[in-house]
Amino acid sequence: MSNVDFPASVEAIRRRREEPGQAGHHDHGGPVAGAGHGDTGPATKRIIVGYGFWIFLLSDIVMFSCFFATYAVLQHATAGGPGIRQIVELPRVEWETAFLLMSSFTCGLSFAATNARNVLWTQIFLVITGLLGLGFVLLEVQEFIGLTQQGIIPQRSGFLTGFFSLVGTHGLHVSAGLLWLGTMLAQVQVKGFRREIVHRLICFNLFWHALDIVWVGIFTIVYLLGSIG
Amino acid sequence: MSDLERHYDSAPGDEPQDSPGHWVRTYLLGLGFATILTIASFWIAAAHPIWGPAVPVALIVLAIAQMGVHLVFFLHVTTGPDNTNNVLALAFGVMVVALVVLGSIWIMDHLNQNMMPTDQQMQM
Repeated sequence: MSNVDFPASVEAIRRRREEPGQAGHHDHGGPVAGAGHGDTGPATKRIIVGYGFWIFLLSDIVMFSCFFATYAVLQHATAGGPGIRQIVELPRVEWETAFLLMSSFTCGLSFAATNARNVLWTQIFLVITGLLGLGFVLLEVQEFIGLTQQGIIPQRSGFLTGFFSLVGTHGLHVSAGLLWLGTMLAQVQVKGFRREIVHRLICFNLFWHALDIVWVGIFTIVYLLGSIG
Repeated sequence: MSDLERHYDSAPGDEPQDSPGHWVRTYLLGLGFATILTIASFWIAAAHPIWGPAVPVALIVLAIAQMGVHLVFFLHVTTGPDNTNNVLALAFGVMVVALVVLGSIWIMDHLNQNMMPTDQQMQM
């Protein structure tokens, strides 16, 4: 083994050179200093920031899985109160889903504009993302207010506790994302595409897409499975 | 773009340097697939076009497929060598999620079955 110093990195570079057509592969020529391959040093800050935020998001998803598990366990503990079938209003859920999916799409477009270093389109798509996200939050607030007025509150039963904490935590995440989006609008406008601003935009993109992934789980497990009883 | 910004590894959600058209196409594809899967989910739940007991299974399969579409087209998590770390972290996350959700449902279901019904408790 003495003649092979870095087998993994040597193999990685060999694969790069010999199989350039792989999926997800973007060829930029030979090895680059600071790219994190071989003995060229650690990865760039851009990679480390994105990867670190990815780890945080996975831990956030693990937290959501606890709420999902709580909901699944408490689903039938209605204590004589309303069950999920009495709560679901599918038309509203359809609009919420459409808003969040479109906002995920426009969020991606805003980052495509960032990569092209276009401030105007970055801002336009971020604003559209924010408006769609705001529409989602308002629909959810409307749903919660409607339920509260019928006396359907978290304290009513174990099932309702699980329902409100799962859906509400997701709504809180979207609301926090909206605040973040507002600060990103200001930062892009004032500071431009400085390196750390682009890093923050990467993280915001990740956050927003992850929220949509969690919503896919919520509308399927809570609303659709609830509507078929 | 300095040399340091050019990279081999990819962080999820990041867009390696490519023409804007490439990324717009990727997002359009993702939006298309996600829309089809979403409409399929709501249609199956509302219209019951398939055998009743299979509806929940179909909904869960569609949801997992849509999460996959989001991961690939929106978060750019791929099977490429530049994504090994991302996929490993994701796999660990999925494992923990599966343990928490399936484990909770399994254990609590058994506890439920072992509980004495309330009316029998009253008589004791």
